[in-house]
Amino acid sequence: MKITLFIPCFVERVAPRTGMAMAEVLERLGHEVVYPEAQTCCGQPAYNSGYWPEARSVAEHFLDVFSGAETVVAPSGSCTAMVRSGFAELFRGTEREQEAAALGERTHEFSDFLVNRLKVTDVGARFPGRVAFHDGCHSLRELGVQAPPRELLARVKQLELVELPGVPRCCGFGGTFSVKHPDISIAMGRAKCAAIVATGADFVISNDPSCLMQVRGIIEKKGLKIRARHLAEVLAAQ
Amino acid sequence: MTRNAVEFRNASAKSAVDEKRQGLLTHAIGNYLGKRDTGRKRFRDWEGARKQAEAIKNEALENLDKYLPQFIEKVKERGGTIFCAEDEESARTYITNLALDRGVKSVVKSKSMTTEEIHLNGALEKKGIKVLETDLGEFIVQLAGETPYHIVFPAVHMSKGEVSDLFHQKLGSKETSDIEGLTMIAREHLRKEYCSADMGISGANFAVAETGMISITENEGNARLTMALPRIHVAVVGIEKILPRMADLSFFLQVLPTMGTGQWMSCYNTLVGGARGKNEADGPGEFHVVLLDNGRSKILADAESRETLRCIRCGGCLNVCPVYQTVGGHSYGTVYPGPIGAVLTPLLRGLKEWGHLSYASSLCEACTEICPVKIGLHKRLLANRRDYAGKYGPMAEKLGFKAFAFAARRPFLWRLAGALAAVGQFFYPLVAWFPGNPAKGWTKGRMLPRIVWKSFRNMWIGRGGEIS
Repeated sequence: MKITLFIPCFVERVAPRTGMAMAEVLERLGHEVVYPEAQTCCGQPAYNSGYWPEARSVAEHFLDVFSGAETVVAPSGSCTAMVRSGFAELFRGTEREQEAAALGERTHEFSDFLVNRLKVTDVGARFPGRVAFHDGCHSLRELGVQAPPRELLARVKQLELVELPGVPRCCGFGGTFSVKHPDISIAMGRAKCAAIVATGADFVISNDPSCLMQVRGIIEKKGLKIRARHLAEVLAAQ
Repeated sequence: MTRNAVEFRNASAKSAVDEKRQGLLTHAIGNYLGKRDTGRKRFRDWEGARKQAEAIKNEALENLDKYLPQFIEKVKERGGTIFCAEDEESARTYITNLALDRGVKSVVKSKSMTTEEIHLNGALEKKGIKVLETDLGEFIVQLAGETPYHIVFPAVHMSKGEVSDLFHQKLGSKETSDIEGLTMIAREHLRKEYCSADMGISGANFAVAETGMISITENEGNARLTMALPRIHVAVVGIEKILPRMADLSFFLQVLPTMGTGQWMSCYNTLVGGARGKNEADGPGEFHVVLLDNGRSKILADAESRETLRCIRCGGCLNVCPVYQTVGGHSYGTVYPGPIGAVLTPLLRGLKEWGHLSYASSLCEACTEICPVKIGLHKRLLANRRDYAGKYGPMAEKLGFKAFAFAARRPFLWRLAGALAAVGQFFYPLVAWFPGNPAKGWTKGRMLPRIVWKSFRNMWIGRGGEIS
């Protein structure tokens, strides 16, 4: 299958290894992977901040870049959710409404794509350690992706998966929320990190790199003993 | 930034590090969540129940022009008085004038967020009328001189010890850490007051159009006494509380407590249709219903935000909201806190003054997921932000997003900006002191992510990956 990479803007500049790891896993499964270099951002920062005309103009660029792609895969539930539901709002009643909806259907979050499209759970990975999985809220609630990352992690050799207690709770990132309301965002992030530490995990794994950026920021500031990794990096490890 | 926005920012920052308060909240809500989940399992199909709740509320709202007059007519048939209050001031004026006219000296109240919304207590007190809250939680916050912290659990932020101290100080009671003991202290104090009060004021959880009755859900029996003992009963009812039929009520009497308190049914469910009848021994001599608009019909007229009027004030969204649980109920500075407050307050009281609340969310959607009447709360927050940003967004932010969009449509410029950021980050310490520094908030408690020189694109090309 020919798979087109949707590399979120901050993965491009902050966590490129996450993108590379995702591409590696897809290639290892025998798929052709292509990267459209004109891609920039899905427009979510503007959309979530209320600047819809600006978000729409960025989203139009995204449509131009990806409209020809058969299957688009992203290492982020949040960015995938933007293309699926955010675009639906932005293009409602416009002439690109259908095009956006069709692209939304062809755009997939990485773990969801592996498990539900490719029907793969064992990618032959080995990752020694005790890991806690953090559900990105948009993966979980907007896309309904809960089981796939767990099914994938369950097949990783030498990996012990522990669940965070209680209802999956936000890490406090929230895009521009993290800088508009830093005190609330940081308190939420600290609570999240405390919950992860309490599980005795060595690693926190997520399918959302934006959550990992938040969690990593707190881990580094507080000098916590846990490390943050993207699911793709775990699956690429051998 | 408006004064309200500054106040919210300061209050929320303070509460965000108040771990003691957060601990009390987490403990109380933790107990509730367990019961709520057991309660939901009693429904054969909870998701189906949510859909039905949504459908009934929609039908009621879309036909309010029929159901509201039907309700009014039925109340009047039994001799009740209806006052349609366009705004909070007219509602307050009607009730205070009624009280003054009937020589009311003291009022007992059962729990009602709608009366909080119209700031009724202060208005009555200003006229020299004594007002006493009779719901235990409301009684506690009234004694403490506070406002409710939560829509359903007004005193959820206070510990047993704090309540005991408060009772000791204000009522002269003995210190006790026993909840039953504390309840008995309040009960003893309150019982005398019901008998001497001239007016009882309640809200309504539902108003049934078919029969012209209001329905009150409670656990303490205080609302029954409030409505039955004083010679005048006034019910303050938001116009969105209408349910078409009695059959709808029997359904909602299960949905509301399931989400509100985690109970299957509340201990007391009371239907009130009017004042004391001809052959009845008990009940008030007069029954007044104040139907409150106060911005609701404006929301109703807007097809997009209309769904917010489905809210049954169960508080379920507060109980799953990580922001509410971090900042607490008082930080919002509003009557309705939490997700529904952040959605509703800007709609009811003005986007300019309250729109900032719609930004106080990480958009985690836990609220939307739980809402029993399926209000798309996160979508409403987004819509409020959309309406706010264009009109009242800060100039620097507006320009920032224009620049962002300009660059994001030009891949070369976008890449250049990325490369500049990779270099620029090393100079960050030089500008970190700058007041407008956008990274300042981030670095308060987090390390900045490192922007890499070798981007994904560089890595991909370096590896000989396919490009389109």
